[in-house]
Amino acid sequence: MSTFAPSPLRSAPEGAGRRRGGTLRSLSRSTPLVPAIILLVIFLVGPMVFALWGSLTNAALTGYRAAKPQFIGFDNYVSLFSDPDFWSSVGLTLSFVFFSAIIGQNVLGMALAVLTRAGSKILSTTVSTLVVISWVLPEIVAAFALYAFFSSDGTLNATLNSLGLGSVSWLIDYPMLAVILANIWRGTAFSMLVYNAALAEVPPEIDEAAQIDGTNSVQRFFLITLPMIRRSIATNLMLTTLQTVGTFGLIWVMTGGGPGTRSSTLPVLAYQEAFKFAQVGYGTAIAAVTIVLGAVFAAIYIKILKPEVES
Amino acid sequence: MRYRVLSAAAAITVAGLALTGCSGGGAAAPATESGERTITVVYQKTAAFHQLDDLFQKVKPEFEAANPGATVKLQPIESEDQYFTKLALMNGSPETAPDVIYEDTFQIKSDSAAGYLLPIDDYVANWADWSQFYDAAKQAGLGDDGKTYGVSMGTDTRGIYFNKDIFAKAGLPSDWQPKSWDDIITAAEKIKAAVPDVTPLNIYGGKAAGEQTSMQGLEMLVYGTSSTLYDNDAQKWITGSKGLTDSLSFYKELYDKGLATPLDLALDPTIGSRVSTELIPQGKVAMAIDGSWLPGGWMTGDHAWPAWEQTIGLAKMPTQDGADPGATSMSGGWTLAVGSQTKHPKTAFDFIAMALNKENTLKYDTENSQIAVRDDVATSQDYLGYNPTFKFFADLVKVTHFRPATPDYSQISSALQQATESVITGDASPEQATKTYDDALTKIVGSTKVKQGD
Repeated sequence: MSTFAPSPLRSAPEGAGRRRGGTLRSLSRSTPLVPAIILLVIFLVGPMVFALWGSLTNAALTGYRAAKPQFIGFDNYVSLFSDPDFWSSVGLTLSFVFFSAIIGQNVLGMALAVLTRAGSKILSTTVSTLVVISWVLPEIVAAFALYAFFSSDGTLNATLNSLGLGSVSWLIDYPMLAVILANIWRGTAFSMLVYNAALAEVPPEIDEAAQIDGTNSVQRFFLITLPMIRRSIATNLMLTTLQTVGTFGLIWVMTGGGPGTRSSTLPVLAYQEAFKFAQVGYGTAIAAVTIVLGAVFAAIYIKILKPEVES
Repeated sequence: MRYRVLSAAAAITVAGLALTGCSGGGAAAPATESGERTITVVYQKTAAFHQLDDLFQKVKPEFEAANPGATVKLQPIESEDQYFTKLALMNGSPETAPDVIYEDTFQIKSDSAAGYLLPIDDYVANWADWSQFYDAAKQAGLGDDGKTYGVSMGTDTRGIYFNKDIFAKAGLPSDWQPKSWDDIITAAEKIKAAVPDVTPLNIYGGKAAGEQTSMQGLEMLVYGTSSTLYDNDAQKWITGSKGLTDSLSFYKELYDKGLATPLDLALDPTIGSRVSTELIPQGKVAMAIDGSWLPGGWMTGDHAWPAWEQTIGLAKMPTQDGADPGATSMSGGWTLAVGSQTKHPKTAFDFIAMALNKENTLKYDTENSQIAVRDDVATSQDYLGYNPTFKFFADLVKVTHFRPATPDYSQISSALQQATESVITGDASPEQATKTYDDALTKIVGSTKVKQGD
């Protein structure tokens, strides 16, 4: 604030004509931005405002309320927050994000990145290729592959049977475990690539200096390497978290949010309410809450990132 | 999520802009019934349901020959459980809204209220064949406003299919007829004991099975109790229904005792097709509560099963404890309707009139095992002699029930499915599930449209 305050004082004696010229100039200079701003408003702000508006109506997919939705204020949010299914869905979303993205993808991605750097060239290329394949697969293909893997007469149970172990209805008895493992399988490659790039940027001299000081490799990793790449870690955490909060296709194909609501994360619940139960307004309210949840995560990570950006 | 939602929204908006750009605001164009014109016909097609596609493939060239300039674009939606969703979304924009719609009778009231369907009273009034349709069938095509929106293709009833070979192994008679729900449980227990690798009974219970869970499942039970879902005279929905709790308890007993289809199958979106194409023909399920159309898929097509006539027995669905009239059934049926955003309403109706003339109705009703609702078809020897199950299922019309005909039904049906799934997965007791249903019901219709049942 203090940097802006003196400027009118300085410009005031120079006359109103000049000032108008300055405003005009800055306006004309920002003209090239206009198309971008218009596109942003249409494609970013527009849908969000429209979604927020939709969540304040009782719009339905069919029936009278499809033709003439009414404005009902915050009724959708009131019934949402008093619905135990919603809170269990929030819990499931948080555990899905925590275990599959924050823990699973990040830790495993980091481990793979460190190990492939240490391992032989052939081994690391092979492992990287295999991991990246699961990332390259389109979501729906990956989801069907994982459904086939976990389903009752699927690959996993066939393997267990051939080892003499009994089969388990993974998607029925452990739906969250199945989708969390599936999301780790699918998303780890991204973290691995990010950390590979970050680790390559760490100057080997620092590592060598620490080695001369008598540190072992575990100490060097936690005291030297991790702090040096913590910006990459925060960025990667943000990206994987936001991607995981919005995961829909994977869960929908594997469990459909079931059995019951035992794997209904927020996007699945929103889809279910809007398109299966035809309560579009209510579903939109859930989607709006999901946006807020994503925003909260983003704000936390930006907070973590910030000191680094400023320094 | 943010990025996903936004990029998806952006993509959709782009697509929408592109479409409107191409059409140049064609929505305002006046109706044209001659010259070059295309009508889009949207209908369902699944692994187990090809008969309607067969019918339209036959009618399309005939219609195009009889109506120069007209092109029929067949647009099957190949989905088990997403048909209504996709249809509703297509109806949401004039660019994708179909001209002719394969419409379930229970959706007519809600879709006409939503403004998706065109009243066709003027067209049927001038259609010579209309007098052949039974009154009940005409009734089924009415909207909440009393106008006609759909032409009935046939109706259906539901009963219990059972596998006589498996029954013989379990020491059960080949003319088995349960008198109460307990008789069904007893038979299922005998089957489980004698033939342990067979599922004793399939009764739809998952959300993924959609309307099948409501109709072939829960409502077959509820309408066999002394309760009902909807009081027609008072025009109010029933809450706290003992019949609903009892019906859910029947599900619970089946699942607690391991007598019903395992959850991994029961909750799979493909369960509907698998019961008729796989589980029954392969002898993996001993009894199945299902619709009268099943034999249609066994007589012809990719899943033909010639042995069905010797293998399959039929039993009426009993009432809860044998109370009069001793049996119960549910009836629905589908119609063909004209989309409200069509530019060629007369051409669209003419297509329906041809698709449902006597010859084509006979083809469809026999091949898809429908109970005919056109008098000239229902009484013809070609129809009656086609399928030995017709008499059994037509007799059930005497004890059958129809779903509550209100615009809210489709949403309430979803709440019934949710209640059923919560019981079979063990997430809720029958009492809790009834309570959850009551709350959902009251939210949908409002507290003035419900009343406490007994």
